[in-house]
Amino acid sequence: MSKGADTIKPRETKLQGDRVTMAHGAGGQSMQDLIDDVFLSAFGNDSLSSLSDSARVETGGGSIAFTSDSFVIDPIFFPGGDIGKLAVCGTVNDLAVSGAQPLALSFSVIIEEGFLVSDLRQIAVSARVAADLAGIKIVTGDTKVVSRGDADGIFINTAGIGLFSDGLGLGPTNIQAGDAIVVSNGMGEHGAAIMVARGDLGLETDLISDCRPLGNLCGYLTKNYPGLRAMRDATRGGVAAVLNEFAVASSKAFFIDEASLPLKPEVRGVSELLGLDPLYLANEGLFVAVIDPAQADAVVADLRKIPGGESAAIIGTVRSDPPGILVMNALLGGQRLVEMPDGEQLPRIC
Amino acid sequence: MKFADEFRDPQKASVLIANIEDALKRVPMPEGRPLHIMEVCGGHTHSIFRYGLQKMVPREIEFVHGPGCPVCVLPMGRVDDCITIAKIEGVIFTTFGDAMRVPGSKGSLLQAKSEGADVRLVYSPLDALALAEKLPDREVVFFALGFETTMPSTAITILEAKRRRVTNFSIICQHITIIPTLKALLDDPDAMIDGFVGPGHVSMVIGNRGYDFIPRDHGKPFVVSGFEPLDMLQSVLMVLTQMAEGRATVENQYARIVPEEGNGEARRAMAEVYEDRKTTEWRGLGIIDASGVKLRSAYRAYDAELKFNLQQAHVPDPDICQCGDVVRGIIKPTDCAAYGTMCTPKSPLGALMVSSEGACSAYYQYGATGLNDPREKIVS
Repeated sequence: MSKGADTIKPRETKLQGDRVTMAHGAGGQSMQDLIDDVFLSAFGNDSLSSLSDSARVETGGGSIAFTSDSFVIDPIFFPGGDIGKLAVCGTVNDLAVSGAQPLALSFSVIIEEGFLVSDLRQIAVSARVAADLAGIKIVTGDTKVVSRGDADGIFINTAGIGLFSDGLGLGPTNIQAGDAIVVSNGMGEHGAAIMVARGDLGLETDLISDCRPLGNLCGYLTKNYPGLRAMRDATRGGVAAVLNEFAVASSKAFFIDEASLPLKPEVRGVSELLGLDPLYLANEGLFVAVIDPAQADAVVADLRKIPGGESAAIIGTVRSDPPGILVMNALLGGQRLVEMPDGEQLPRIC
Repeated sequence: MKFADEFRDPQKASVLIANIEDALKRVPMPEGRPLHIMEVCGGHTHSIFRYGLQKMVPREIEFVHGPGCPVCVLPMGRVDDCITIAKIEGVIFTTFGDAMRVPGSKGSLLQAKSEGADVRLVYSPLDALALAEKLPDREVVFFALGFETTMPSTAITILEAKRRRVTNFSIICQHITIIPTLKALLDDPDAMIDGFVGPGHVSMVIGNRGYDFIPRDHGKPFVVSGFEPLDMLQSVLMVLTQMAEGRATVENQYARIVPEEGNGEARRAMAEVYEDRKTTEWRGLGIIDASGVKLRSAYRAYDAELKFNLQQAHVPDPDICQCGDVVRGIIKPTDCAAYGTMCTPKSPLGALMVSSEGACSAYYQYGATGLNDPREKIVS
């Protein structure tokens, strides 16, 4: 009657149910299943199948990085930014963490009938300011208006191209046992700020979204640290999603130390109140880097001198066994698995 | 902002662990199995996994994860009831977040939402009442789920709704009570539970006297506990100390929050609004007498089951499920025939696989990595 490990089936990874639910957009296992089953099975090719932040397109003369992202957010204006700034940062950050120099950006909007022109203007201005900060120009775009009720205010899609530097092959397959795991700043600030900004909690905090372009920070690392193995911005699904993806892609075990996680008191407060784990909260100006341990202290010291990297920290180590998992060394000395998030983070009641 | 860091101090934890090891030497051990300490509340289960407490205590102690997670014990038929009401034209169905993912026989509320039902997440029943006042043309239904922890806020909301004469607000009352269920567990001659870490938040409302039958009639120590890791380790130590000294009593580790008599105001509001249901169904445990409440007839206008003439759906747990045996400490999750094959976190058959805090789900997540037993050290 007793069952051993031999009877345990691997986790199912395929799409379930016959309709798209919110979980399919939340950056976790369900979304991966949707992408695998629907899009990869239809579009699959070498560039797409690696599912990296930017595709690598060979031109004969060099490699172009190409990426695209769509933005829907409630509320549209939030402490620390708005959907315009977010739409620019999201795409330039995907280029930046791929190790590419951003070249040009597209900016396409789907607007709901009745949307205020003054709000639209403000969104455009913040997009421009963010693009200037990132050193990229918005060179093309598209505008569609749909009937009231067919969209929620405004949706934005941006696509970006960049240039890969020669010889720079970042990616999780480079990761080796012993490597250090670094986060570039305090964790979970975007996710926590958005939850507070929705106003349902009746909370007031000083939290602002960390939304910002990461080109400076990433560019500095790629230029100065040959021991850099991989970088990824930790957006939906948070740091936990990125580390799980890295663990699977590199077939290594990722160990992180709870005591070393950089967390603002407000982020901890909101998380504790709602029973959420800040490891799963979204960031819009934070990346995870895996790096040669001999260079890790210097990387953190340098990041801390650059705006947006003030709270950078080494949070753990890569080991060889057991492959494909993320483990947290808990504060009190216990250990626990940190799973790939699945679906939206929902507050607990008990 | 002030945190509970003083209750998470690693040095104090290692002192407590040493004391636990010491007390354990003097505890008469059950034959052929570890000592089973049941943590009743889902919040405690969460702390055990979050802080890795099972791996910190000696191997001779095993936590048995009790029935105190309202999401885990929510029967499939009740989820079906919710979906039936959520799909009625004009209804806004409001719920706490973690109830949205629980599968009924025809999917979850999250899926119903994707099929067009207006399902919204709220943080408090008062938010749902405010929504009803804001949208008088809609019918707002709140899914009132939970133990005595959430029961008072629903009661106060019903009293407010009546006072403000709101007529487009009602609730599906799925409030359940912990004591009859503990009684049912202990009355089972096969149950293998040696002591209890008792629920903190529930006791804050109902007080501690209701547990007296546990040491008196069953001879088991019962320590009402806080939720921080040091709280729980201290409670385990208190349980062991009772066993070592050959006594059994109700003790209150969480006295900073839990008054002996509970919260009078909350209890009065509850007594005003609710009465016992004859029986209530629990996923995994079956039907238990007087283990849930419904609205009294004076408040029937707020009972969504009456308002929408709901015929309660009954969906039996699959025959193969042995959740009840897991909850009573008789078998481990891995001993169940459905575990890991027919029953997985993605398509759960049984209650304990449903919530990520359910015992089976937690075991599975370790099992999937080849580490079958959450007690195993992942890497030393």
